[in-house]
Amino acid sequence: MESYEIKEHDVLVIGAGGAGLRAAIEASAQGVSVGLVCKSLLGKAHTVMAEGGMAASLGNTDPRDNWEVHFRDTIRGGKHLNNWRMVEIFCREAAERVAELEEWGALFDRTKEGLIAQRNFGGHRYPRLAHVGDRTGLELIRTLQNHGIHQGIDIYMECCIVELLKEEGRVCGAFGFWRESGQFVVFRAKSVVLATGGLGKIFRVTSNSWEGTGDGHALAYRTGAELTDMEFVQFHPTGMVWPPSVQGILVTEGVRGEGGVLKNSEGRRFMFDYIPETFAAETSDTEEEASRWLSGDPEARRPPELLTRDVVARAIRSERLAGRGSPHGGVFLDIAGQRDAEHIKRKIPSMYHQFKKLSNLDITTTPMEVGPTCHYMMGGVRVEPETAMSTVEGLFAAGEVAGGLHGANRLGGNSLTDLLVFGTRAGFHAAKYSREQSDTIEPSKQLLKKLEKLALEPFDPERTENPYALMADLQETMEQHIGIIRTSDEMEKGIELLKALKIRGERVHTQGNRQYNPAWHYTLDLRNMLCVAEAISLSALKREESRGGHTREDFPESSDSLEKVNTFIREQNGSMIHENREREPMPEHLKILMNLPLKKEQ
Amino acid sequence: MSETLFKVFRGERAKGELCEYSVEVTEGMVVLDAINQIQARHANDLAVRWNCKAGKCGSCSAEVNGKPSLMCMTRMDELPLDKPVKIEPMRSFPHIRDLVTDVSRNYEINQLIRPLKPKPREADGTYRMQQKDIERIQEFHKCIECFLCQNVCHVMRDQQVKEFAGPRFLIRIASLAMHPLDTLNRLKELKDVFGIGYCNITKCCTEVCPEDIAITDNAIIPLKERVAGAFYDPLAWLWRSLTSVSK
Repeated sequence: MESYEIKEHDVLVIGAGGAGLRAAIEASAQGVSVGLVCKSLLGKAHTVMAEGGMAASLGNTDPRDNWEVHFRDTIRGGKHLNNWRMVEIFCREAAERVAELEEWGALFDRTKEGLIAQRNFGGHRYPRLAHVGDRTGLELIRTLQNHGIHQGIDIYMECCIVELLKEEGRVCGAFGFWRESGQFVVFRAKSVVLATGGLGKIFRVTSNSWEGTGDGHALAYRTGAELTDMEFVQFHPTGMVWPPSVQGILVTEGVRGEGGVLKNSEGRRFMFDYIPETFAAETSDTEEEASRWLSGDPEARRPPELLTRDVVARAIRSERLAGRGSPHGGVFLDIAGQRDAEHIKRKIPSMYHQFKKLSNLDITTTPMEVGPTCHYMMGGVRVEPETAMSTVEGLFAAGEVAGGLHGANRLGGNSLTDLLVFGTRAGFHAAKYSREQSDTIEPSKQLLKKLEKLALEPFDPERTENPYALMADLQETMEQHIGIIRTSDEMEKGIELLKALKIRGERVHTQGNRQYNPAWHYTLDLRNMLCVAEAISLSALKREESRGGHTREDFPESSDSLEKVNTFIREQNGSMIHENREREPMPEHLKILMNLPLKKEQ
Repeated sequence: MSETLFKVFRGERAKGELCEYSVEVTEGMVVLDAINQIQARHANDLAVRWNCKAGKCGSCSAEVNGKPSLMCMTRMDELPLDKPVKIEPMRSFPHIRDLVTDVSRNYEINQLIRPLKPKPREADGTYRMQQKDIERIQEFHKCIECFLCQNVCHVMRDQQVKEFAGPRFLIRIASLAMHPLDTLNRLKELKDVFGIGYCNITKCCTEVCPEDIAITDNAIIPLKERVAGAFYDPLAWLWRSLTSVSK
């Protein structure tokens, strides 16, 4: 057994994107010792790629907005599956969290009055997204980073966590290794906050960076925590489709928020044909009304391009299947016909740059080709709404790794605010929890030895599987069998294939040595990816209806009885257990918000 | 589809050599795709940093045919493919392994920059700022910290001046010094701690910036003028000593 480097903290935060940084800042403000671990360099987390903005009902651009309408929109967008208490907390605290970023240096785009400007986005009744052009995530992470480094937090960069440590039913730290040296490190802590983001890398076409391998979901699951809503994966309607090497890279919803329209190969704005009944009352049904909306008429209803992401993604798929797709298998997204070049370059500069550079295409004159791409995980670690604590003592989760807030479908712009609101809460309550513990539990030598063996097994020369090949096969399996449209036949096939992949996973071989060896890192990531792939497949197979991000061809309608039901996944004696449970009904003071008469045009 | 030869630097702590790999090139491919293909097919343990593959995180900086670039934003069809494509780590930073370098000095410099000290909020609890007043700082906030400017700046690369913060951090200080809410005077430390005087405006940094930030013209030169005005202008010095106005 090696001797390990040991780091000790009251609170250990795993992941340094928006949620992790915000949690670390808050925990530190509570006066406890905080360690922050990240797989990459600080400031490179997936948050950096968020584009469109962060939703908060500041009411700067349209004074009719308030937290109650934000609540209504979020629940409607989530197809009523959301944890309503989380949504309530979220909508009430959003404005304060966004405003505080300004004190730390963030510079949002302004209104004429000099206030934070807000942009339209899918599913939001009013313009609600505070933004910085189309690079809001960069502004968020850099602001938190440059504030966070002065708060006395110990930051551990390029460090991978292999497993959480748990003794006596309580989390007591984490076991990991430094990517640079390959040496192991033991973090001892009284509480742990998971802020590890998503898992999009289990699909072939995704907007996620290499880090999105479901680490936190899998770490929590293996530590005994319950996961929820794992069938709900968001496919963003607009990813790049051409050339092949850029397939999946995100095209911000901000393009549509700024007026961009979707067209099929016949030049028709097809979204008018896909307006669901529940959104009909507040969606334009003619191009004429939609263009009045674009020119700022407050009486005009929103264009159908700004329906929720699940609706738009399915519509694009249907158009393609009907043979009305674009040459490279997408549809057209056109902003050139709606806005002048100067406006486009000012409001969505990185889209302009991205298409110019990667596709040789000028979006100020030519429509883009776009298609669905795996973007976000609604499901995740089940947490207590007030404290963000999971079902395991001392283990907290915030941001994409946590489940419940977004229900069956997340609204654009609600993710960045989620990071702030629940990052803050997780950090606060983890600090509080840590202060209440008299001591840090020492992990047993046996446990550490077991983990060391597990981590080093891939170097066994008897093993033969190439981790890159296995990862590609997993991505293809998920794409083909458990992707955007699901049937029980396909999913059962997928589950069988996953079993075979899991067996191959036990034979993955790492070439080379332990120093900065990506093959080794991928091998350990694969363990997490296979775990979350199994959880998604199982939950998806069991939910026999279509709702939000979960679309079943064999059960195309939503079921009234399943509207009350959330799904849960946990480990029991080495097996993955699935359970349906009914949600507590929404209390009256929230229920009335769902039917509030909207001002004026309703 | 065609085959192209890549020569990739492999080794540890600056000891190593260019290794040859054959890469299958498809339409629209970028250099990072080629590196990922080499990892998957020929060299599983090839060390490289990358994250977003969309030009937004600034992780995959390297020297492509000697030119400091983001590998994810360098298309193969921009390169002459009749000769081998040479990929080397950034030269100004201590080498770790293969294409990975030790960029920790950048984080150390950043730590020395005092954070924003904002003025109080308006009576209604908001901050009012006009778009035109923040636009020039928003340009600096576009920085993705790829550190290509730090890599190429000859004050850092050739002269290795330790007292120089480098272009990345001069624009960060500019973004604070020009911030409508900031209340600190940062001129003395710009001169004494961050060594702004060392920059002699060759604009190498601006040339490599993947975000097209006019680093020299919009950030460094205005800061140099402020520093010169504060410390080297006798009239300003007299005025300052009479009025002791800060900022």
